[in-house]
Amino acid sequence: MVQLTQKAKLVDRRQMSWLERIYLWNILKGMMITLSHLFKRKATINFPEQKRYFAPVFRGLHVLNRDEEGRERCTACGLCAVACPAEAITMEAAERLPGEEKLYREEKYAARYEINMLRCIFCGLCEDACPKDAIYLSQTFAPSNYSRKGFIYKKEDLLIPNPLTDPEDYKKALGDRPAKKINN
Amino acid sequence: MSITQILFWFLSVLALFSALMVITSKNPVYSVLWLILVFFAISGHYLLLNAQFLAIVNIIVYAGAIMVLFLFVIMLMNLNKSNEPQKNKWLKLAAALAGGCLLLVLVAALKNAETKSAIAESGTGDIGLIGNLGKALFNDYVVPFEISSILFLSAMVGAVVLGKKEASSHPSGEEA
Amino acid sequence: MHLLSIDWWFILEKLVLIVIVISLSLVIAMYTTYAERKVAAWLQDRRGPNRAGPWGILQPLADGGKLFFKEEIIPLVSSKWLFILGPSLAMLTALLTSAVIPWGTSLHLFGKDVPLQIADVNIGILYIFGVVSLGVYGIMIGGWASNNKFSLLAAIRGASQMISYELAMGMALIAVLMLTGSLQMSVIVQNQVEHGWHIIYQPLGFIIFFICALAECNRTPFDLPEAENELNFGYHQEYSSMKLGFYLFAEYINMFISSAVMATLFLGGYDIPFVNETQWGLPQNLLAIIGFAVLMAKIFFFLFVFIWIRWTIPRFRYDQLMNLGWKGLIPLSLANMVITAIVMLWKSKT
Repeated sequence: MVQLTQKAKLVDRRQMSWLERIYLWNILKGMMITLSHLFKRKATINFPEQKRYFAPVFRGLHVLNRDEEGRERCTACGLCAVACPAEAITMEAAERLPGEEKLYREEKYAARYEINMLRCIFCGLCEDACPKDAIYLSQTFAPSNYSRKGFIYKKEDLLIPNPLTDPEDYKKALGDRPAKKINN
Repeated sequence: MSITQILFWFLSVLALFSALMVITSKNPVYSVLWLILVFFAISGHYLLLNAQFLAIVNIIVYAGAIMVLFLFVIMLMNLNKSNEPQKNKWLKLAAALAGGCLLLVLVAALKNAETKSAIAESGTGDIGLIGNLGKALFNDYVVPFEISSILFLSAMVGAVVLGKKEASSHPSGEEA
Repeated sequence: MHLLSIDWWFILEKLVLIVIVISLSLVIAMYTTYAERKVAAWLQDRRGPNRAGPWGILQPLADGGKLFFKEEIIPLVSSKWLFILGPSLAMLTALLTSAVIPWGTSLHLFGKDVPLQIADVNIGILYIFGVVSLGVYGIMIGGWASNNKFSLLAAIRGASQMISYELAMGMALIAVLMLTGSLQMSVIVQNQVEHGWHIIYQPLGFIIFFICALAECNRTPFDLPEAENELNFGYHQEYSSMKLGFYLFAEYINMFISSAVMATLFLGGYDIPFVNETQWGLPQNLLAIIGFAVLMAKIFFFLFVFIWIRWTIPRFRYDQLMNLGWKGLIPLSLANMVITAIVMLWKSKT
């Protein structure tokens, strides 16, 4: 048979020598291998204290974005819900009333915005679909929960902290994500 | 009453009680366990006679090996009440008669036995210590000892022959 | 203090010694479980338990606490007394062996010498054998009383394995006994202090004894009574709570005791290697404590090797186990015995 790759290893079917047949020597060799691992660097980290570095392109938990003045960017256009392959996003639109210009950026906003984190596959298509830079995937992952209900994230869970009232948390939540270019 | 006497009475009562339990237990597994207790009581008696070697060998051989094999067989046989063989009335009578005869013979034999010279030396005798026992076995009784070892060897060979698989006419291993 | 013609001081002294030795073996067994998990993790490039206390040193307490608070289940169809007797016997036989091990030379306390050995009987080794051969009952009774086919199979496996390896173990020991000429543990140690360790004269005997000790403790290459892939869980399948804990714990105590026995029989017990410590002119008590520490170091080394082997070598198949025992180790130990006898005879002639 023609060997296609170099990875295949032929099984040695020769008779075992006396030294191999009493196994003690081979057992010793194996034990030396395990012993050497005693002094190797550990592959794991102490998780809650230490955290692994996530790349900026990491797709974690969703965040509903605000602009610099703390207004919600989302206009409830529904493009993200359409783009979502897992159908995890539902929303309800509402019209901005006079006096709410400080809260919402455009005339239309999402009164209800829910993502079912059990359905979500964290593909990031919602982020790609969004024309207003209103939703993006952050560098944290969804924490565990005791009930299915808890995995349906409401708008309060998703919204980024207000940059005007809570600038520090806003900075932290935003991370080192470059702002997406939008056409207003 | 000295401590030796207390221990003697305790061990004797224990041995007799467990021996009774051996024959009265309904479940054969319990019987075996009581029998192990009997061996322990007897080993205790050996210790009182300062025969430590005999005591520990009694435990190793009887309680540790033979009784384990007994337990094996009984556990695997799965003896229940339902498949207990029906005992014949006449058989019971014959068994009682035979047992009674044995008792009679034992009593008769023990009655005439010389007890004065064979009185137990509790705690002081050294006949049961391993050195003395070994010297006695390999000097005075070396021929019977070796003959018994040959007996064991032949029994072992017999067991191997019995346990060996019969050479089948068409070996299945070579066909595959 | 003479009541019923018993020396009560003697009883008290021994009682204190027993309590110390038993609590010591319990604590060491506890921390062997911790060491097992830690070493296993290190050998696999992990970190191991490190949450309970600094470096996780409270982990065994947490495990024990958990086992205590678990629900105690006794199967309806089991024989209740035997079901309880099983783990108690396992624990009892595991602890009994420590009585004849010399833990050190004697201490000088309150104007009298206190030997660091509970009972210096003249059949020390045979006593260990007797107790080890009784260890089978804990497994067998527990496995049978559970009224579970897996448990019964595991129990029978364990029992036949222990009986088979006891033979080779005993015959490996006979060679040591020939060198010493005594069954007394303290004499065996003293002989090694004077003439060098037995492992030098009996390397083959030591290897056979070590392999058999692994089998007797049901440790990994021979842990067939607990082979999960065939037997679900092994002989303690139906057990829960502290009764299960007793079974698991007895294994670690057995490990500790067999390490102590190996250190005593082959590695010179409390003897400090390469030096003659009696010429240092140190006080007796200090010497005894140093000797005890040396013995402990040897025991810890063996415990580490036990754990190391467990996380390196895969389990035997049952027929391989029996082949090794009956066709490998027993003829080897017989040969070892005969060769030792011939050499001894030849040396005594010349």
